[in-house]
Amino acid sequence: MLLRLAVALLMLVPASAGSAAQPQRPSPLKSGIEFVSAEIRALQRDDFANPGMLWVARGEKLWSAGSGGNGKPCAGCHGNAAGSMKGVAARYPAIEPGAARLVNLEGRINLCRVRHQQAEAFKHESEELLALTAYAAHQSRGMPMNVTVDWQNRGHFERGQALYRRRMGQMNLACLHCHQHNWGKTLLAETISQGHGNAYPAYRLEWQAVGSLQRRVRACYFGVRAEMPDYGAPELLDLELYLAWRAGGLPVETPGVRR
Amino acid sequence: MIARVQLPREAKRGEVIEVRIAIQHAMETGFRYDHAGKAVPRNVINSLVCRYNGAEIFRAELGSGIAANPYLQFYTVARASGEIEFTWIDDAGARGSERASITVVE
Repeated sequence: MLLRLAVALLMLVPASAGSAAQPQRPSPLKSGIEFVSAEIRALQRDDFANPGMLWVARGEKLWSAGSGGNGKPCAGCHGNAAGSMKGVAARYPAIEPGAARLVNLEGRINLCRVRHQQAEAFKHESEELLALTAYAAHQSRGMPMNVTVDWQNRGHFERGQALYRRRMGQMNLACLHCHQHNWGKTLLAETISQGHGNAYPAYRLEWQAVGSLQRRVRACYFGVRAEMPDYGAPELLDLELYLAWRAGGLPVETPGVRR
Repeated sequence: MIARVQLPREAKRGEVIEVRIAIQHAMETGFRYDHAGKAVPRNVINSLVCRYNGAEIFRAELGSGIAANPYLQFYTVARASGEIEFTWIDDAGARGSERASITVVE
């Protein structure tokens, strides 16, 4: 009887410890740029050599060019992006009031495409969408990531946090096993970063192109041999929100350069 | 094809100036296979020419060993005000050009 009680108590402890898990930021908070080589840091710092700036330049052209639909350009409503887009990327993903759902910056641009430009939404990871996202996010460069959790997005945030801690794939690993518990250690030839998204859309040498944060997160799913969610899947958005909160205070670096 | 050219806006006559160009291009090597196992044909920028007020000052022949989004940098002497123009062509026959102007002062 006593033994049974002890077993029951033991079973209770991890369960209550699990549900009381507080969202955690790594300490000290370090951007991914601190985990790459000096050469890559130099590449990101040089606004001309940084290959991501080519996407930003393309985005700048698209910003003032009406493409498809009613021919209205982004600049028609938003004017000069340097002013109107300043700080916007730092507070995304956010709840879109009209759509009553969580959208990231890419999703917000596509909502504008459909609603105000009466054009077709850009495809996920299309050159145009990456260029416009990189251009819009670039206007917040240097500003601290600043996502707040409130009653509107709390459900998404908690789902994102749960996903961050959930073991998955054949490797049976959760995000936190690498990026919370083991950052700074090496995984073969690479140093594990804290896994922040503050540089995205970013140019990855592996891709030889600019890609979204979702593309990078999907690569992690692949790495732990889990099934990759589709681009734009709700679970990726929830995770993006949690990651944005977790990177809170780190400066936006778009377009970052990464391995 | 998006490209960016960078040179000083203004230079003294005879001054050595740095010229930089970056071009967005996949520089497909021809050694890769797609998901269906089909060979991806080679498509790289094979030649790039730079003219300073019409006179050729720099030429590069690129191959499959050059990474995507090539970035080149070289030096020239600022002789006269005018334009520096780059033109290039890739294996698929797509041409691109980008220019920038410079003012030379005494």
